Amino acid sequence: MTPQRSTTEVELGLKDVSRLSARGVTVGYGGRVVIDDLDVAIPPGVITTIIGPNGCGKSTLLRTLSRLLKPARGTVVLDGEDIARLRTRDVAKKLGLLPQAPVAPEGLTVADLVARGRHPHQSWLRQWSSDDADVVERALAMTGVSDLADRPVDALSGGQRQRVWISMTLAQGTDLLLLDEPTTYLDLAHALDVIDLVDDLHESGCTVVMVLHDLNLAVRYSDNLIVMKSGAILAQGHPREVVTAELLHEAFGLRARVIDDPVSDRPLIVPIGRAHVHAPLDKK
Amino acid sequence: MPQAVPLRGINEITYGGMGTTVEKRLESGLPDVRRRRLAGLGALVAGLVVAAVMSLAVGTRALSPAEVWHGLFAAPDPDQRLTEIRLIVQTVRVPRTVLAIVAGIALGVSGALIQGHTRNPIADTGLLGINTGASFAVVSVIALFGFTDPFQYVWFAFLGAAGAGAVVFGLASIGRGAGNPLTLALAGQGVTVFLLAMTTAVALSDQASLNALRFWNAGSVAGAGFDVIWPVTGFIVVGLVLALATLPAVNLLNLGDDVARGLGVNIALSRTVGIAAITLLAGAATAACGPIAFLGLMVAHVSRSITGPDYRWSVPYAGLLGALILLACDILGRVVARPGELQSGIVVALVGAPFFAVLVWRGKLKKA
Amino acid sequence: MSGTTVKRPVAPGVRLGPVSFVWRPWMVSSVLLLSAATFLVFCVSIGVGDFPIGLPQVIATIFGRGEQVDEFVIMDLRMPRALVGLIVGVALGMSGAITQSIARNPLASPDILGIIPGSSAAAVFLVTASGGAAAAIAGSVSLTAAALAGGLGTGLLVYFLAWRRGIDGFRLILIGISVSAVMEAITTWLLVRADIHDVTRAQVWLVGSLDARSWSEVWMALWGTLALLAVMAYVAFQLRPMHFGDEIAAGLGVRYSPVRAVLLLCAVLLAGVAVSTAGPIPFVALVAPQVAMRLTRYPTPPLVASGLVGALLLIGADLVARTALPVALPVGIVTAAVGGPFLVYLLVRANLRKGM
Repeated sequence: MTPQRSTTEVELGLKDVSRLSARGVTVGYGGRVVIDDLDVAIPPGVITTIIGPNGCGKSTLLRTLSRLLKPARGTVVLDGEDIARLRTRDVAKKLGLLPQAPVAPEGLTVADLVARGRHPHQSWLRQWSSDDADVVERALAMTGVSDLADRPVDALSGGQRQRVWISMTLAQGTDLLLLDEPTTYLDLAHALDVIDLVDDLHESGCTVVMVLHDLNLAVRYSDNLIVMKSGAILAQGHPREVVTAELLHEAFGLRARVIDDPVSDRPLIVPIGRAHVHAPLDKK
Repeated sequence: MPQAVPLRGINEITYGGMGTTVEKRLESGLPDVRRRRLAGLGALVAGLVVAAVMSLAVGTRALSPAEVWHGLFAAPDPDQRLTEIRLIVQTVRVPRTVLAIVAGIALGVSGALIQGHTRNPIADTGLLGINTGASFAVVSVIALFGFTDPFQYVWFAFLGAAGAGAVVFGLASIGRGAGNPLTLALAGQGVTVFLLAMTTAVALSDQASLNALRFWNAGSVAGAGFDVIWPVTGFIVVGLVLALATLPAVNLLNLGDDVARGLGVNIALSRTVGIAAITLLAGAATAACGPIAFLGLMVAHVSRSITGPDYRWSVPYAGLLGALILLACDILGRVVARPGELQSGIVVALVGAPFFAVLVWRGKLKKA
Repeated sequence: MSGTTVKRPVAPGVRLGPVSFVWRPWMVSSVLLLSAATFLVFCVSIGVGDFPIGLPQVIATIFGRGEQVDEFVIMDLRMPRALVGLIVGVALGMSGAITQSIARNPLASPDILGIIPGSSAAAVFLVTASGGAAAAIAGSVSLTAAALAGGLGTGLLVYFLAWRRGIDGFRLILIGISVSAVMEAITTWLLVRADIHDVTRAQVWLVGSLDARSWSEVWMALWGTLALLAVMAYVAFQLRPMHFGDEIAAGLGVRYSPVRAVLLLCAVLLAGVAVSTAGPIPFVALVAPQVAMRLTRYPTPPLVASGLVGALLLIGADLVARTALPVALPVGIVTAAVGGPFLVYLLVRANLRKGM
């Protein structure tokens, strides 16, 4: 097993600045333990992506960090406090969350959907302040869906719909966003489009944690990768330091070459597979 | 693991390797499930045979196996007692046993099928207006023509059931929501609402109808003769053939209309055939026994929890389970309320529903 | 933003100091229109009878400026019936809207929780009981009380049977169907065994009727309904994110499990009050939210509009039942006969529109 890489973590002094972290969490579904005694700290102001093979506990970790799942042991700490002890409404003001494949009621318009993101800031009497309207308008604009505001969500394309949901999460007004596979079901162009949007959010100061399936998108866009296998963290750090052929083999059982990305300063993963591969494979 | 395959001659070996795994799986994995499911079906059939024998023996007058045998096969005999047994077995016990099996199969299959077609786990055949259509027809013909014998109105009940089913499906097929499960469910509710009101209105203004309605509503397999059972069985057989023919399509429809269309399913055709089959099955069974709606819903869920969401298996299971449960409930109804009888429709609900609730509570049932 | 000509993509708001709401012109005008229509039908319903009273006199009397004769007929004889219709209609409509929202299923209505089958079984038992201990019990309890006890008892039974680390919509519905099936079977069994004259009386109760209501029933229904509506109004704010499912609701800071529990309990109790007051008037709870959604063009069941549609449907149906039919029938028959086709009509119209 590769030793855990925590150089970046130490360099950044993450233990002090991280806003969201998990300490010794054990999580499972109905007796089956998925994550056992795991520690992780999310570095602030960057995009953190959790990758790993199917069933390794990526989504479980994300759902635990977002207090959707309650750990059997251990705590999730948000801004220095145990997330389980905070009022869920106060958590919602700090942490935005987009689950996998959400469904909206038929006929709900884009503007209405995004407006519901303001819920944690609203109260019985204060249901639609001018702040709410401004934030929603900005959220629509940032995600480029202002023109679709009057359209029903169910009439949109997959890519548009995902933008709308992200827009709703943005309207929540948090600078901590947790996204569970935001590119599921999207073609490559739309997936890039959505991830570019996530990067814009990061540029504007958000801390993003997401689960992605596409390794190259994860490598390209995140500053911090968390590689998981069987409910434990195999490696964590900057993609340039973490992503190696050995690690990919260990995590995914994938034979791949890691080369320099011709269009960025990140590594590029070239999976090998079985078919259509040129003869001399083991040049290195 | 692909790494394990040596890389020389990559194509041959890879494909060869793939081939062996697939073959292996075919040899061991698939037939195993198949064998288990077939064994399950066999067990259900065996259970049904046992229940049928019990059904012939149990009743106000309990018969020994020898007496049952005699009642079934012996030649006419001058002996008073044996003639009586022959009479009980051949004109009472055999018809109700046959009807319980036939109607149980029909209700089970239609109950499982309608959940597949509507993709709604709380759909039952009452949804298509079948029960209320039949009830309305029954009270109407009694009020209009003064029928007193239940077997005069069986055919009207069938027409009422089939007519209601056709109207619901027709209404749901107008416009672009055509065949959409939600549209079908709402149209069914609308028609059911209306027919129920009409039924009550007629029943409240005609006491004979009300009197017939309360017995009709209880649902029973007793009292029907073969003059009713054979034609009903004919309709049910046609319904079963149609139902079985649409099963592969139902499996695909459950992946969503678009996926199904992509896989070459003619959606409008298979929905129409499916609904026609459901109407025939549930309509014929309801006409002969009265409404026993909960049976279909319960059996659909239980069979799906046994076989998983493959309708080619869950529908036959549902049919046999339906027959077994209806027959068992009919026998139970004869035993618990001696010297009288409890109608099998009532027993199905009183016994089946708590059992079903326990399954639900323990999370044994799946949504679709 | 300088000009008002630029249309903002977000909904306009009404803001008075710390209080603010979304301005939905269509919703507001349809609610106003529904209120006006309900009031009108309410007044017409009071005016109609063996001793007809004109609409102006009815309105004058309601506001305390009527003549003495009118006042007696209206306030003592007809008002209770109309008010019971109004209250029961609102209760049923809102109860249906909550149930359908929480179950996220348009077929869900509080009937599914077993209220109606439960109170029906209790009422039919009371009506048909004869001989021995059963008759003794039946003689000492009023029909309303028995129905209330039966309905609420069954509703709560379903609720607690379905409780397993919180309420799950799917489990609740299936348990509800099961318990309802048992109650219906008991009712059927009681009817099969009963004397035919009792069956007729039971049947009238079973279809729901507003005949012969008194002020005491009005007050009971009114206070029960108002108390429940107050609780509901307070909690309903949390309902909106729940249309997206549990995870999103949790993400938006809603503690969905207690919210759902409280709202469902309110829906059950509201339906219980309605059923024990007027009998199991069918389908108002089912149809009203669907009609209200289409009238207000709102994607989820709107609470206030559903209540109003429920009241309008019930009072209007009672009016029709008393005046337009050759024989006087219980109102429940008319709500069903009108509500059913109307639902179908809305559906067909919506489908035809989508096709264009």
